[in-house]
Amino acid sequence: MYLLERVRTFRSRRMDSGTEEKIVEKLLFIAALSSTLIVFFIIAFMFKEGIPALALGWDFFFGMIWRPSHNQYGIVPLVVCTFIVGIGALVIAAVIGIPAAIFLAEYAPAWLRNIIKPCVELLVGIPSIVLGFFGLIVIVTYIRDSFGGYGECILAGWIILAIMTLPHVISISEDSIRAVPKGYKEGSLALGATQLQTIKKVILPNARSGILAAMVLGMGNAIGETMAVLMVIGNPEIPFIPSSILDPVRVLTSTIVIEIPYAVWGSLHQQALFALGVVLFIVVAILNLITTAVVRKGAMR
Amino acid sequence: MSKIEVCGLNVYYENGTVHALKEVNLEIETNKITALIGPSGCGKTTFLRALNRMNEVNDVMTKGKVFLDGKDIYNGGEDVIQLRKKVGMVFQQPNPFPMSIYDNVAYGPRIHGTRNKKLDSVVEESLKKAALWDEVHDRLEKNALKFSGGQQQRLCIARALAVNPEVILFDEPCSALDPISTARVEDLLRALKKDYTIVIVTHNMQQAARVSDFTAFFLLGEMIECGRTTQIFEKPKDKRTEDYVTGRFG
Repeated sequence: MYLLERVRTFRSRRMDSGTEEKIVEKLLFIAALSSTLIVFFIIAFMFKEGIPALALGWDFFFGMIWRPSHNQYGIVPLVVCTFIVGIGALVIAAVIGIPAAIFLAEYAPAWLRNIIKPCVELLVGIPSIVLGFFGLIVIVTYIRDSFGGYGECILAGWIILAIMTLPHVISISEDSIRAVPKGYKEGSLALGATQLQTIKKVILPNARSGILAAMVLGMGNAIGETMAVLMVIGNPEIPFIPSSILDPVRVLTSTIVIEIPYAVWGSLHQQALFALGVVLFIVVAILNLITTAVVRKGAMR
Repeated sequence: MSKIEVCGLNVYYENGTVHALKEVNLEIETNKITALIGPSGCGKTTFLRALNRMNEVNDVMTKGKVFLDGKDIYNGGEDVIQLRKKVGMVFQQPNPFPMSIYDNVAYGPRIHGTRNKKLDSVVEESLKKAALWDEVHDRLEKNALKFSGGQQQRLCIARALAVNPEVILFDEPCSALDPISTARVEDLLRALKKDYTIVIVTHNMQQAARVSDFTAFFLLGEMIECGRTTQIFEKPKDKRTEDYVTGRFG
């Protein structure tokens, strides 16, 4: 006891000396600053490299043809395909994920939940290259055999991306369903409402902002995802706006990966690829901002 | 005449490891106020929630019989929806839904199929019975969460009244309220007993003495003594009841 006392006084005396406090504070500040600086420099670099391509203006942002060999850098087909693939995947993920979240939060008995939940979380841990490989071997083959065409297509991208987005959609939605105050649920049940009525009228409306946030976040993930998508969507030589879900497409991320190796150093082509990165960054950043706004609005209510 | 008759009620929590209520027998009289008193954790809230099967929301095992108008609510094939319609509940924390006053009161009737034409009169009547109409009749579209705690609690009472119950269970309805709001709710309880059978859990012994006709004292999951409120407070038969109501413990 006496010893403990002495250690304590010793410690507090050391704290009082102040220099150590200050040094630690500075170190912590530098650590915090470093992440900010890294983000800042990356953004600055991206913009700097991309500016010559971004400066093409109309031809870049609204150009319909992306053909580097002819020095044509119109991103419209890429952007359109990116959103088609992202939104479609999200719709699939939502159709499966939201009911799954409702089941996990409201219906599943503890033992079943203890099985399902880890499985869902395990899904996050599957490396995207493995998923892509699986997609290429299984899903693409299946689509080619049953529907014809190349097999590498929008539909394959949807399925793979939906698998990747699903765990996020499920866990965020489930958390927001669970976050609905218990009093609302009990109040509704005590009035003689069935479980389904309670979910529909009280729980889901109150979990709405969280579920929406899950959707937007999932969208951001889907659009930024590269490897798995790259492997299953076909990436035609000249990107075009698809007319069927069995058409191969090219998205922003896959274009960067595919073309970087043969883009001449310092050429407009390379700068255009950086500009694609800028566009991708802005889209994902906007989606993240929306998520934050939605969550904050939900929290305020 | 007794409205509810409880025979040998046992409730277990945590997969049967916690025995929360032990062989409780109690009769609850029609159109009277029955108060359940006792220290924290004595099982009075569990008992209350057994009366409309709200314990089932959590993982709880119930054994024994609870007769409502002579029909066992746990075994008589009675539908839990119909039961909760008949036996309404008001909670400790005011828990209005985050929607307008009108929608809150109309919530119950709507889920039970009352259509828009009749709703207005049901809402008005319920709010009047809950002594809230005068304060809110011009603000029915305002979000319920914007109102004070006492008003919210009376809104919850109105909400319970709107489905036209026969019994109303109050789970410490005033513990989150200030003294003035408490007095208003107590007045309301006395007014409501004409039409409804009321069971109230309360921490506050003065409140039990003020509003109730009958009192039951719970301790460690057992019902120690029940009887007329005057008898329980003035001439308790059990030593433990006497110790509790005179403030020697609890």
